[in-house]
Amino acid sequence: MQKRTWLMAAAMLASVAPATAQTIYPLNRAEILEGSRFDFKVEFPNAPASADVKVTINGKAVNEAFGREAQFVQNEEGQKHSALWLRGAQLPAGQYVIEATQGNDKATVNWTVYATPERKAKNVILFVGDGMSVAHRTAARILSKGWEQGLYGGELAIDDMPHMALISTSGTDSIVTDSANSASAYTTGHKSCVNALGIYCAKNALTLDHPKVETISEVIKRKRSGMAIGVVTNSEIEDATPAAMVAHTRRRSDYNDIVKMFFDVQPDVIMGGGSPNFLPKSTPGTKRTDDQDFIAKFKEAGYALATTKTEMNAAVAGGSKKLLGLYNTSNIDGAFDLRLAKKGSISKFPDQPDVVEQTKAAIEMLKGAQDGFFLMVESARIDKYSHSLDWERAVFDTIMLDNAVKVAKDFAGDRNDTLIIVVPDHAHPISIIGTYDDDRPGQLLRDKLGTYADSLPPNYGPRDADGYPTKVDTSRRLAVAFGSYPDTCDTGRPYLDGERVPAVKGPDGKTNVANEKDCTLPLATRKQGNLPFDANSGVHAGDDVLLTAMGPGAERFRGHKPNVFVFRVMAEALALGGK
Amino acid sequence: MISHRPHLLPTLSRRGLLTGLAVLPVSLRALAAEAELLTFDGLYKSFGVLGFQFSDRATALRGKPVRMIGYMAPPLKPESHFFVLTREPLAICPFCQSDADWPVDIVVVFMRAATPMVSAGQKVAVSGRLEIGSSTDAETGFVSQIRLVDAGFHSV
Repeated sequence: MQKRTWLMAAAMLASVAPATAQTIYPLNRAEILEGSRFDFKVEFPNAPASADVKVTINGKAVNEAFGREAQFVQNEEGQKHSALWLRGAQLPAGQYVIEATQGNDKATVNWTVYATPERKAKNVILFVGDGMSVAHRTAARILSKGWEQGLYGGELAIDDMPHMALISTSGTDSIVTDSANSASAYTTGHKSCVNALGIYCAKNALTLDHPKVETISEVIKRKRSGMAIGVVTNSEIEDATPAAMVAHTRRRSDYNDIVKMFFDVQPDVIMGGGSPNFLPKSTPGTKRTDDQDFIAKFKEAGYALATTKTEMNAAVAGGSKKLLGLYNTSNIDGAFDLRLAKKGSISKFPDQPDVVEQTKAAIEMLKGAQDGFFLMVESARIDKYSHSLDWERAVFDTIMLDNAVKVAKDFAGDRNDTLIIVVPDHAHPISIIGTYDDDRPGQLLRDKLGTYADSLPPNYGPRDADGYPTKVDTSRRLAVAFGSYPDTCDTGRPYLDGERVPAVKGPDGKTNVANEKDCTLPLATRKQGNLPFDANSGVHAGDDVLLTAMGPGAERFRGHKPNVFVFRVMAEALALGGK
Repeated sequence: MISHRPHLLPTLSRRGLLTGLAVLPVSLRALAAEAELLTFDGLYKSFGVLGFQFSDRATALRGKPVRMIGYMAPPLKPESHFFVLTREPLAICPFCQSDADWPVDIVVVFMRAATPMVSAGQKVAVSGRLEIGSSTDAETGFVSQIRLVDAGFHSV
């Protein structure tokens, strides 16, 4: 707030004061783990000389406060600002006031650097349900546990946990976040901006030059040689959430750089899709633009390689402790396609593990680590299928997350040494509004919608042993509404022929129009979009999300917390603070 | 920003995008009649996580005129000398969105001249000379493994 007030004051003095203020990174109110590394940067508008500016930390000169020499860059990158840099700074616990003075203007930020108490947990397992909102959860419970007279047939593993908190997910730049900076908040404890990972968004031109903050993987690698790290997802391994474990970039789509960052940090278990960015550019099917062969590099570094579920299980059975598992060129297919529809890329990749099987394998490989492990598991396509307004697929992947959490809970058992956290990274605007009943009178989709007293329970087919309904295209189905959409045609039915494509690009190459393929289906209802014309799918919501947790350290979660607090709880549980 | 990816990034100018006219693409039915039809399914003999191998037929047709049917990926510009042909219609424009990505089995189509694009929901038939092998486009940095060059297309 302080900064904003200052900006307004500056704007009022526009004729004499610079148009923008000095910016200090980390930003105001940052909470920093004691001893964790961060790049300190101050940007001064109008490219002043070193002699014209002054920066103090608790009243001391920068060099003295950090015990190292800062660099001053006048006219950085030819831009109209100067910069003071100190890369890889570390501070002891305490309260810090940083002041940057330029002429008559002074910018001030406050940081809290916190120590961590005695170690409470040997292991931490962080489950991220990408985009998982309350309606996904409720629908997953209805589908997988059943519903009768207002009560469910059982509890989800993600619900049956003693601690809970409401988590806010905004980044530094906007109300509604994306999966890059929201995951980065969990893995670094610092907020960032849309599309960014492991950095503060400064004025730098190159995506890899922005001021970095240390990820939990890097802290663990630096401080705890006996601890193992796992990163498991069903998205491409370079995608935002898994990348947040290792990456520092302003642009999440720097996939080729992110592969290198995985190699630099070397988490012990790495599993997901997205193999093309590991292959040298001479290999057909690659997406690299250089000749680096990261498959070979990981093998040389002692990793077993698995490209199928069979190979994954063989690696586990063979006692591998380091595994690179790449099971698809793109995202791993979701539970709906793996089990029911068999669309997506199932024909090309018939032996992909799901998130539950990956989680089992990862825990099996990590659990022997002498000083414990940190495992991040993402069910990524809850979000992706919600973007495409394909709620059945999103909810199947919520059930899949729940089953993966069950595996972790079975491992944790009575050990009392494993902190398990289940948290979405952001919400989608999704709600259950009733049920579609084909037997209701009328010719239109809206005639078939039963609301309130008419929202009779769905008649999905019997559930299999893992809690997934075996038939979803039945006569009475949940009616799930998305609050944001492009021009599209709703059908009120599951998309058995493949993931829904709600809109396609129009002839101008910019505006998106309804996917006519859906508009001819029975009961299809044409809907005018409520999003800007360049949107082709649903968008994230700024709503808070629900975190549940159990195990040592989980008691810290209560009430409402910012997303960066999740990092703090994990760092405290593992006692990662200190010089 | 520097591109580290085999993609066109939104750093390319999008100005003047609305100048394209709704001219119908050149009809190439005459040429198409002579060219052999190659399907997406027929492009590869193996398609794995560690890369893929082109089919014997695709390899044999190298340098020859072929015809392919697919979907025009959302183009960056309404008029262009190239576009990406995909097996399924793409909802998202990987050119335009930083978190969107291309499917692996794309075919890049380079036309003889800049041509007005059609809707991304449209199926198109493309005729052109088949090129196979890793190539980096000098102008855009786009890396492709398989291309149709000197091509033309029409909606189907």
